[in-house]
Amino acid sequence: MIDQEMEFFIDPSRCIGCQACYHACSECETHRGESMSHLASVDRAQSTQTVPVVCMHCEDPACAKVCPADAIKKTADGIVQSALQARCIGCSNCVLACPFGVPRVYPKLDQMMKCDMCYDRTSTGRKPMCVTVCPSGALSFGTREEMAAKRRERSTNLFQFGPQKVRTKVQLMVPKDVDEVDVDITAFMQSAGETA
Amino acid sequence: MSGPAWKDDFPISWVDDDFVTRREFTKSLVWVSCASFAANLALAGRAALAERGTAPAMKVAGREDIPVGGAKVFHYPDETSPCLLVRLEPDRFVAYGQKCTHLGCPVLYQQRTQQLECPCHEGSFDCTTGRVVSGPPPRPLPVVALELRGDEVWALGVSA
Repeated sequence: MIDQEMEFFIDPSRCIGCQACYHACSECETHRGESMSHLASVDRAQSTQTVPVVCMHCEDPACAKVCPADAIKKTADGIVQSALQARCIGCSNCVLACPFGVPRVYPKLDQMMKCDMCYDRTSTGRKPMCVTVCPSGALSFGTREEMAAKRRERSTNLFQFGPQKVRTKVQLMVPKDVDEVDVDITAFMQSAGETA
Repeated sequence: MSGPAWKDDFPISWVDDDFVTRREFTKSLVWVSCASFAANLALAGRAALAERGTAPAMKVAGREDIPVGGAKVFHYPDETSPCLLVRLEPDRFVAYGQKCTHLGCPVLYQQRTQQLECPCHEGSFDCTTGRVVSGPPPRPLPVVALELRGDEVWALGVSA
């Protein structure tokens, strides 16, 4: 059981794209060679800015809701677990449904695997592997008080995707005047079309 | 829970789901094995204790009460356990539990065949050893240990 005081904070503005999280994750015994955390570039043509992508552990996980094989489960401490090996049929429904682009299907295994916040570590009081190696504090794991003492930004776990509101376990560091993150995907698609 | 009924059958919460992991299943196997081992140990211990408490010696009959080739029913070690004493030769007595090991009918001595026969299902036992000769009984008859004390026949215990 993960201590509910301890929370995961992502601060994309601190990410320096070093890939330490990616490589640390891929060294894990439970999925050796495959990283469950990913590094996304925001706009590769225009910027060097990168964003670490780990599972946000939604309160009402879309991946689990769309799973036809009943393979994705949320534990009592709020962690959305990787697909159950015995049930996952590798259909990719979760990959398409996740608003944060987290789950991935590994065709060799015909399985979906995703970040489970290093459940083997965090449930025994240790920090997730990616957090322990992040040199810039883009990924942190601690109490809200610790973060408030260290950072100017505030954190939010509310995301608005069009008409849908998503509340997550993982916190995202945002400017002080932001309450929730409004992700207007259609606007982004239009502007991407203009620059192309 | 709100929503369609099928959502109750496929809950997202791990706690509500009936998924059994391999580790959980193996754990249950280990516990069941341990429990069955302990139960066997307890049964074996109880049987060993019961065996140790052998029945007290009891006078069964006088030597000349039974003719050679004759038999006598007696109860030993308690009133609910009928036994059969057989005089095979002038100085040779044998005794067995009288309940057939098949379904509990009383066995009878047949001098002609030198066997103890059960009329219910035609099971028969060797009267010199108590072992099954034919028929459905699965085990030999319990043997009553005897001793000749002067002109008396004494029962000293029963071995299954």
